Amino acid sequence: MYPIYPENYRYTKEHEWVNVEAGVGVIGITDHAQKELGDIVYVELPKVGALVEQGKSFAVVESVKAASEIFAPVSGEVVEVNEALTGAPETLNADPHGNGWIAKIKLSTPGEVAELLSLADYQAFVGAE
Amino acid sequence: MSVPYCELKRTPLHNTHRALGAKMVDFGGWDMPMEYTGIVDEHRAVRERVGLFDVSHMGEIEVSGPQALELVQYVTTNDASKLDEGRAQYSGLLYDQGGFVDDIIVHKVGPHNYFLCVNASNQDKDFFHILEQAKTQRYDAMVADMGSEYAQIAIQGPKATSVLQKLTASDLTAVKRYHFLDGAVAGTAARIARTGYTGEDGWEIYVATGEAERSWRQIMAAGAEFGIQPCGLGARNTLRMEAAMALYGHEIHASITPFEAGLEWIVKLDKGNFIGREALVKQRERGITRKLTGFEMKGRGIARDGYEVHVNGAGAGWVTSGGPAPTLNKNIGMCFLPVADAAPGRAMDVLVRGRAVEAVTVLLPFYKRG
Repeated sequence: MYPIYPENYRYTKEHEWVNVEAGVGVIGITDHAQKELGDIVYVELPKVGALVEQGKSFAVVESVKAASEIFAPVSGEVVEVNEALTGAPETLNADPHGNGWIAKIKLSTPGEVAELLSLADYQAFVGAE
Repeated sequence: MSVPYCELKRTPLHNTHRALGAKMVDFGGWDMPMEYTGIVDEHRAVRERVGLFDVSHMGEIEVSGPQALELVQYVTTNDASKLDEGRAQYSGLLYDQGGFVDDIIVHKVGPHNYFLCVNASNQDKDFFHILEQAKTQRYDAMVADMGSEYAQIAIQGPKATSVLQKLTASDLTAVKRYHFLDGAVAGTAARIARTGYTGEDGWEIYVATGEAERSWRQIMAAGAEFGIQPCGLGARNTLRMEAAMALYGHEIHASITPFEAGLEWIVKLDKGNFIGREALVKQRERGITRKLTGFEMKGRGIARDGYEVHVNGAGAGWVTSGGPAPTLNKNIGMCFLPVADAAPGRAMDVLVRGRAVEAVTVLLPFYKRG
């Protein structure tokens, strides 16, 4: 029942994750984030081709009770978005680290990844929060 | 989940919420359950079966003495002289200029004894407001802040009466909407009122603080066969929004009058003088300029409290409450609009993060039980 937090992902203190492969980062929100948000009912995806900046809002996720901005863990260009979330936002609750991915970003500043949290650091951060 | 800089107040059911794994939230200085299993789950349980809410954060004020009625009449908008013992009434506490101090429920307990249920975050303000009037107007009445003496538990939904009837000897079918009686629930003295904030049939019971945990357990046990569900403030909000019931700080506050909020039915201008009456008489003569209106989103987007509303491309009002309506499968909200734009079926836009999203005004309430 416990969702697996992948060891190879990198995490942020705002509860996003990024999985970088061949210069492209897949981005989503963590299981902790979806639990905090509760029933997710709406996702506003970025546009393909949009340029995003690390730490800046690039998507919005809304639960029954509130709207929450999602901050880009890395800078770059949006090359793909998870259109399936538009019709099935609850996927973000059910599978946040897999099918609930939000967007893929072609990294413009690969060095940024090193600034992000490892799984151990993220879990320590969440535990202390 | 940051550490609060000052200690949050806890209800007597705090440990129960923790044990149930509730997601807790700071609500007006109170550490309250937001949800247990999920807002949508809890919302549906109340519409289809029965839900149990801890609303012990709500305040209670007792007004008693030879001139208790005169004081209640002077500080409230509705006509408390119409109440028989065992009847309750929704009412407003206003400032001189006609805006809300709070919205409250007045219960007539005895010939010279009234029991007021007031909003959690307003209880000190309300108490001092009423006390001040008692003093300056020299009413021979006593005002007592009883908030810490009572726990309040709401049992709401089509099966609420069946659950509660198992625990009390009083005949609940004889208690009509907005009536109450003093009896016992599972052997504990309780004020049992057929009131609620969900748009369903249901009960709000007041018990001594020390009896809260036991009462909660007994009600949960009695409700098991009906599928009773503990419900948090999240579902309480979506339920009351569908039923278009006002929430202090949103639909009503110090600069909103009852006429603007669609609450003219709780204003009895002919009952004699009361605080705010003069301002309301003037407003009635001049007519109101803005009005609380319901709307449904047509475009893709969710309206939230505080979002701007546009009509014909120009700023016209603001959203007071908004969000998804689980029973209706729509995104709904309430907003203030100029009277001319407030009729049902009018096109309007809600500014969602700077983007105009189409909506249409609709009649309130959104939901009425069958």
